[in-house]
Amino acid sequence: MRYAMAIDTKKCVGCSDCVVACQTENNVPIGYCRDWVVEATNGTYPDLQLEIRSERCNHCSNAPCVRSCPTEASHYGKGGIVLVEPNDCIGCKACIASCPYDARFVHPEGYVDKCTFCIHRVEKGDQPACVSVCPTKCMYFGDAEDPNSEISKILTKRKWKTLIPEAGTNPNIYYLI
Amino acid sequence: MKEEIIVSGKMNQGIDPVLSVWPWEVPADLFLAGLVAGILIISSFITLIGKRKNYPIAANRAPVFAPILLIIALFLLFLDLSHKLYFWKLYTTLRWESPMSWGAWTYLFLTPLAFFWSAINVKTAFPNWVWPYKWIDSFIDLIKVYRIWFAWAIMILSLTLGIYTGVLLSAINARPIWNTAILGPLFLTSGLTCATAFILLNCPKKSNEKSMFCKISLISLGIQAWLLIHLVMGYLSSDLAQVNAAKLFLGGEFTTSFWIIIVAFGTLIPAFLHVLYLRKIKIPIIIPSILILIGGFFLRYIIVVAGQISHWKL
Repeated sequence: MRYAMAIDTKKCVGCSDCVVACQTENNVPIGYCRDWVVEATNGTYPDLQLEIRSERCNHCSNAPCVRSCPTEASHYGKGGIVLVEPNDCIGCKACIASCPYDARFVHPEGYVDKCTFCIHRVEKGDQPACVSVCPTKCMYFGDAEDPNSEISKILTKRKWKTLIPEAGTNPNIYYLI
Repeated sequence: MKEEIIVSGKMNQGIDPVLSVWPWEVPADLFLAGLVAGILIISSFITLIGKRKNYPIAANRAPVFAPILLIIALFLLFLDLSHKLYFWKLYTTLRWESPMSWGAWTYLFLTPLAFFWSAINVKTAFPNWVWPYKWIDSFIDLIKVYRIWFAWAIMILSLTLGIYTGVLLSAINARPIWNTAILGPLFLTSGLTCATAFILLNCPKKSNEKSMFCKISLISLGIQAWLLIHLVMGYLSSDLAQVNAAKLFLGGEFTTSFWIIIVAFGTLIPAFLHVLYLRKIKIPIIIPSILILIGGFFLRYIIVVAGQISHWKL
């Protein structure tokens, strides 16, 4: 099993509902966020391309944060979800420095925090909060190794890209382009 | 045009707009760890080749300060942790992929050894030294017999510590300035250079040891300069992320500090002053020594800070 997320950049309107849903669902402290929205502009006027992306931890299969963690606080959970165990985290911040996506931060209580793919919801059979609230239904979540899952089918049909593939992290967030 | 704007107001403290999770504590720890590693490598090497009487400052006096410096380095590392009460978790597991993990274990084994090594040498270094309890004297006499074994263990652990100070950064692929294999040898060499400066500061005015360590320092500075050149060449001959990162030192915001503080004041000027000293021109050795130590700290500081700014995003 390998949990993954696909985000359709053609449908995303950058409303930030996913950001607010995540903050509410996970009690993210005020001033912090586990996911965020990026507007990327490419080209030269008037030939410009706009891409809107909802970004978060990429739950990499070859996660540098897991490798750099000295205490195993950063670890792979069910379906390859990258998690942090707060009671094992010493706050050395090596994982934050190792993440090419800048997806982690120090929680005000001292441990390192990040997106968990809402594992508490996923284990109950629900979708992550960001996916469930998206008004344009631009996000797909599921087991990428199950050929019958919605995400597997859409990744077969559509063209996609991952962020900073040259970092060699094998990210599990796919952007449909 | 290529522009990316975060529209959701992401402003995580220490992460945005640029990473700044390791401010001064980590560079200071790396500097002190490098200095201690250098002092202990030199001291144990002199012991192993049986030249303790020829170089008493390097072999006996300098290592007396090593455990104090090591404790300060460990305290700085502790100060940097954001979840301090859980620091002991470092010693519940050993992870080879994590330099932070094997570095912490190296500290754990080296610190008591450095204390023993200091205790063995303190009476030779400071003849008036008196231990408050008789049993300490008896204990030191007991362990002195194993001086050579201690020297071997300290040599291996100090080399590991010296290299660790660079590998901690170079193992982090996400930051192009750090992701170069040269940092390990560079920080080890810089640690040895700083140790020679520390020894020179402790040497009496006129001694053979002073001239010898002036020569060793000069060689070490030469290797350091060679590695610094290769560091920049390595960036420029690598992928676009590293080429862009190198711009921080080549016209970017760290240009002046890198070339003036590290290269000129921390490497070339002390080397030039050493040459003058060896040619019997009166140069107070304190000047190149202090410059080397300041340069050694700023080498780590600038690499750590610039590394956090450098990024894969082009």
